[in-house]
Amino acid sequence: MPEIRNMTVNFGPQHPAAHGVLRLVLEMDGEVIVRADPHIGLLHRGTEKLAESKPFNQSIGYLDRTDYISMMCNEHAYVLAIEKLLGIAPPKRAQYIRVMFAEITRILNHAFWLAAHALDCGAMTVFLYAFREREDLLDCYEAVSGTRMHATYFRPGGVYRDLPERMPQYQASRWLSEKDAAARNADRQGSLLDFIEAFTQRFPAYIDEYETLLTDNRIWKQRTVGIGVVSPERAIALGFTGCMLRGSGVEWDLRKKQPYEVYPELDFDIPVGKEGDCYDRYLVHIEELRQSNRIIKQCVDWLRANPGPVMIDDHKFSPPQREKMKGDMESLIHHFKLFTEGYCVPEGEVYVPIEHPKGEFGVYLISDGANKPYRIKIRSSAFTHLSGINDLVEGHMLADVVAVLSTLDIVFGEVDR
Amino acid sequence: MVMQAIRNYLKSLFLLEMLKGLLLTNRYLFKRKITVQYPEEKTPQSNRFRGLHALRRYPNGEERCIACKLCEAVCPAVAITIESEMRADGSRRTTRYDIDLAKCIYCGFCEESCPVDSIVMTRIFEYHGEKKEDLIMTKQRLLEVGDRNEAQIAADRAQDARYR
Repeated sequence: MPEIRNMTVNFGPQHPAAHGVLRLVLEMDGEVIVRADPHIGLLHRGTEKLAESKPFNQSIGYLDRTDYISMMCNEHAYVLAIEKLLGIAPPKRAQYIRVMFAEITRILNHAFWLAAHALDCGAMTVFLYAFREREDLLDCYEAVSGTRMHATYFRPGGVYRDLPERMPQYQASRWLSEKDAAARNADRQGSLLDFIEAFTQRFPAYIDEYETLLTDNRIWKQRTVGIGVVSPERAIALGFTGCMLRGSGVEWDLRKKQPYEVYPELDFDIPVGKEGDCYDRYLVHIEELRQSNRIIKQCVDWLRANPGPVMIDDHKFSPPQREKMKGDMESLIHHFKLFTEGYCVPEGEVYVPIEHPKGEFGVYLISDGANKPYRIKIRSSAFTHLSGINDLVEGHMLADVVAVLSTLDIVFGEVDR
Repeated sequence: MVMQAIRNYLKSLFLLEMLKGLLLTNRYLFKRKITVQYPEEKTPQSNRFRGLHALRRYPNGEERCIACKLCEAVCPAVAITIESEMRADGSRRTTRYDIDLAKCIYCGFCEESCPVDSIVMTRIFEYHGEKKEDLIMTKQRLLEVGDRNEAQIAADRAQDARYR
């Protein structure tokens, strides 16, 4: 009599549905998962250790690369942590700009999540449509910072530059007639704020399109309803945050519960799910897209009405204007001092969490009074969510692992750091 | 209750939600395409774009860089290497200015720190190297990039001057 054993299957690290470099070792009984064991670390770049060897400001660019789907939100947590240790507060306008871009980032992230999730479950169209919207928002990124992804735009004490008054435009060519170019440039005539406002006006209709394609679709429902169910108690016990927790019906959002920046002044709701399955998490994500759109609209209105400085006026932390630097000795000294030594942060430790699109993203910073962090620890939600995968997939079929993996919203830059 | 059940049954029988989805994709099938035909056609580029580096010159042809090494100090990726020497006329100039593009993370701190607007990041983003050495921008190559694109570089800085 032959011995009957469970089969072990390797999922990834080169699997296109593994969202990067996840190696998932699955113990299978027929086609049913008995145990899922994630192996991570293939994208470890040592961000935390690297940050210990350079002045505070120089690590901002590396924080972009931890979760490379929601760049500015990572910067946000890091910058807030430094500001808290320094005891400085940025000007109001800078806070509004940061919140606006944090929400733009949330839409970027959720759109990407939706695109990848739908593609993993077999709906390709949503992927293409979602990337169309991402393109507009990445243009906003480029307009303020000069790059489409790794912005390095937030600074302790504010943001690097104010929002531009002009948007770059499409050029007519052999492949693009004057008329089509004019149509594409219709929203690009004014400033960046006009462009963003035009986006917020057309975006709700796009969300309706996603919903038309997915929400009632029977194939989508068969793939997601009742898959990867987490009870609220279990979600809390596993340390889930963000949409994973809200999908289970726990109303927890750091923007409301521990408000930072200007969130208390903004009007928005927290969507919560009921069942805690993939479908509810999908609905929560969709509603968050709408809420983020609402927040951006409010920020645009405020920013239009309130021009002003976007950087703290203390040249121990922020470089002087270039014009001043070139004519004034003291400003030149500040400039040189800041770009070589940076600034010293008083001794102490601080933990600053923010509501990242994926959940709670926290930066735990210890300073020994030097110009470099003594230690920095990044608390990433994706790592915690991935650790709970065994709970989510146990007893499901192999094909459901893909649906669960994409509902987790994991990005390996953040898991492995 | 019964009516609702009948309605639901009919909805699922006639694949209504599927047809709605198909109607939507069908609408897009006949709409004007938004695809940008990349190599021929390009997306608009911001004047703040951070692409390939360049070293600039003053209008009289003198190179701007004075070898203060601020960019070398501020570079998070340690991608810049500078060696300097006193020139015959007594001014301080670089003898070596290398940027390793394989190390560079394009954060733009070098441009931000430069007190004489010498090192800048241009709009160029299409470049490649066949050997590893091709990705090391020497002083000579950086100055060439600057010379070729000076008009665009100057226009972009002028447009952004009041924000910085």
